[in-house]
Amino acid sequence: MSEIVTSPAFKENARAALADVDLQQALKSVEVNFIAKRRASADKLPEFEALRDAARDIKDHTLAHLDLYLEAYEQRLTAAGGQIHYAVSAEEARAIILGICRKVDAKTVTKGKSMVGEEIAINAHLESHGITPVETDLGEYLIQIRGELPSHIIAPAVHLTKAQIEADFRRVHTHLPADRNLEEHTTLLAEARAVLRERFLAADVGITGANFLVAETGSSIIVTNEGNGDLSQTLPKIHIVLATIEKLVPTLEDASQILRVLARSATGQEMSVYTTISTGPRRPDDPDGPGEYHVVILDNGRSSMLGGDFQDMLRCIRCGACMNHCPVYHAVGGHAYGWVYPGPMGAVLTPSLIGVDKAGHLPNASTFCGRCEAVCPVRIPLPRMMRRWREREFERHLQPATMRYGLAVWAFLAKRPRLYALATSAAAFGLGWLGRAKGRFRSLPLAGGWTRHRDFPAPEQRTFQAQWRGRKRR
Amino acid sequence: MSSREVVLGSIRRSLGVSGREAPRRQAVADRLAHHPRGLVPERGQRPPAERLEVFRQMVEAAAGTVAKLPRAEDVPAAVAAFLRAHNLPMAVRRGDDPRLAGLPWERAGALEVTTGASDGHQLVAVSHAFGGVAETGTLILLSGRDNPTTLNFLPDTHIVVVEARDVAGDYETVLARLREKFGAGEMPRTVNMITGPSRSADIEQMLILGAHGPRRLHVLVVGEA
Ligand code: SF4
Repeated sequence: MSEIVTSPAFKENARAALADVDLQQALKSVEVNFIAKRRASADKLPEFEALRDAARDIKDHTLAHLDLYLEAYEQRLTAAGGQIHYAVSAEEARAIILGICRKVDAKTVTKGKSMVGEEIAINAHLESHGITPVETDLGEYLIQIRGELPSHIIAPAVHLTKAQIEADFRRVHTHLPADRNLEEHTTLLAEARAVLRERFLAADVGITGANFLVAETGSSIIVTNEGNGDLSQTLPKIHIVLATIEKLVPTLEDASQILRVLARSATGQEMSVYTTISTGPRRPDDPDGPGEYHVVILDNGRSSMLGGDFQDMLRCIRCGACMNHCPVYHAVGGHAYGWVYPGPMGAVLTPSLIGVDKAGHLPNASTFCGRCEAVCPVRIPLPRMMRRWREREFERHLQPATMRYGLAVWAFLAKRPRLYALATSAAAFGLGWLGRAKGRFRSLPLAGGWTRHRDFPAPEQRTFQAQWRGRKRR
Repeated sequence: MSSREVVLGSIRRSLGVSGREAPRRQAVADRLAHHPRGLVPERGQRPPAERLEVFRQMVEAAAGTVAKLPRAEDVPAAVAAFLRAHNLPMAVRRGDDPRLAGLPWERAGALEVTTGASDGHQLVAVSHAFGGVAETGTLILLSGRDNPTTLNFLPDTHIVVVEARDVAGDYETVLARLREKFGAGEMPRTVNMITGPSRSADIEQMLILGAHGPRRLHVLVVGEA
């Protein structure tokens, strides 16, 4: 597990994010661009909504039979000459990967974009053992040279400005002439391409994630736009696929169904540029491709989500649509969530993976507007699951005492209508009387969270219910 | 207990199953054996001539370019013309695919044709696709000596030949052909589904072509559907 968990400090993170001018600018364009692109591409395909149902059903079917599909997958993969390694925990996955790298005395490892790689913090582990991991997805490369976590699951560096990137390139690519021009987006990309091309050709091991594992053929599938995942897995001697158990789908037809909603939901493309199906190592007369093909299949807490309140979360295909449409994400960005997975999907998944005691604030970071569920290609009921986390948090006494007592008093009154009417009338009268001069309060005991930022209006001296009754009588 | 047993055991415990239930095993075996087609969009089910038109539109929408050629022997001249039009050096790399090897390359004038995988030094590659998919303008390429995978990614410009009759409406039709060629459950090392040239939008969400793979993708569709 990544050591740098700041989820417990969500509130502080959020406050800092709101004050960050560059970040706010970047987030504005997330809101505008991603939403419009998804809309346009969904509108172009009349069958889109029906395909979302199909994608959900395929995932549900697979999860209900996951043990059997996993066995079938393993059998096909092994028959194709691949090697499978099961890992219960992040620690075990890290040890397996390090072991494979050491066997070939690897110096450099190129990496395709992998959220699971972030989840297990594989880079830090390899580095601490003298192996250099090189992220090759441009966005991942940018955050790697800055030592940051991704702020978005499909656009990891979406929080950065061109000026920041230029400064980072000048700081890191010191072998290049200091007076070179890096003013354009295109010159920045060209520089990254040239620098990373050298790394691709020198790498000993390539690590990629997987968007799907196909039981029928024992294949892994990656989906990218840059082609970096393909270079990472084609050029080195060894290809390691790092995937989690819920990536399984039964057949290539099932993968095709889900592919029809994946890119459209993510970037609004009809299809991502490179969808690559890999099965085993290089064949006897292949002129290229890796000599060894390993799959590290990680559980890391997911199997215990099956059959419970959060099983539906395992349908997630990591498209990013939920965060692209989330007003909280638009306001605070991805880093505020404090770990690898941000936005609504992170608010549900993170407590499952690192514990609600650390990630308890995340399910509260929602307005329950429901936009995430409305766009999720596999129809995950994200708001309902966030609510479930809130209930658990309450049951486990993880909320502050004032909030718990407050809620207890309210619940006591709410169950006793007469008493409730009496108490609220008294409060309305009292507050109305106290605030009658100005019509508002600058501060109020127990309401600091409100009055720190705005005045609290003094109520009419009668409650809504009392006024309503009065009007009906007239 | 091995980690494999721990993971499978934990999945089974959570699902409340033993893994020996006959109906579950049957459901899985059936699905793997019959691989039912799901929903295929209408756009992927048009008649042949229209299908090629959808294919062209979709390749272009993905920033690729398309030329139609009546016969395979027109390919070398079309390749040369494309290189000249883009001021590219007159040299290409291709694999051993007999459909490419048998072409009259000498008709392309001063074009230098080498064969084999790419080591990163070639600027232009020519590949022959296994098929195409109209619904998204996607090309399907298979690894192996005939069309080495490195040719799809390392050169700056990728020219792909596809026969018109191999352009299907949907992915499922191409998958069926794959099974026919390799056998049920068998696959070549790599199947590349390629939709347009490489790109990145990681710098301020500005879309730029040619991230790590080719910045140009040109498709030559040969013959009639
Ligand atoms: S929860 Fe749904 S919308 Fe969010 S990333 Fe996962 S699949 Fe996409």
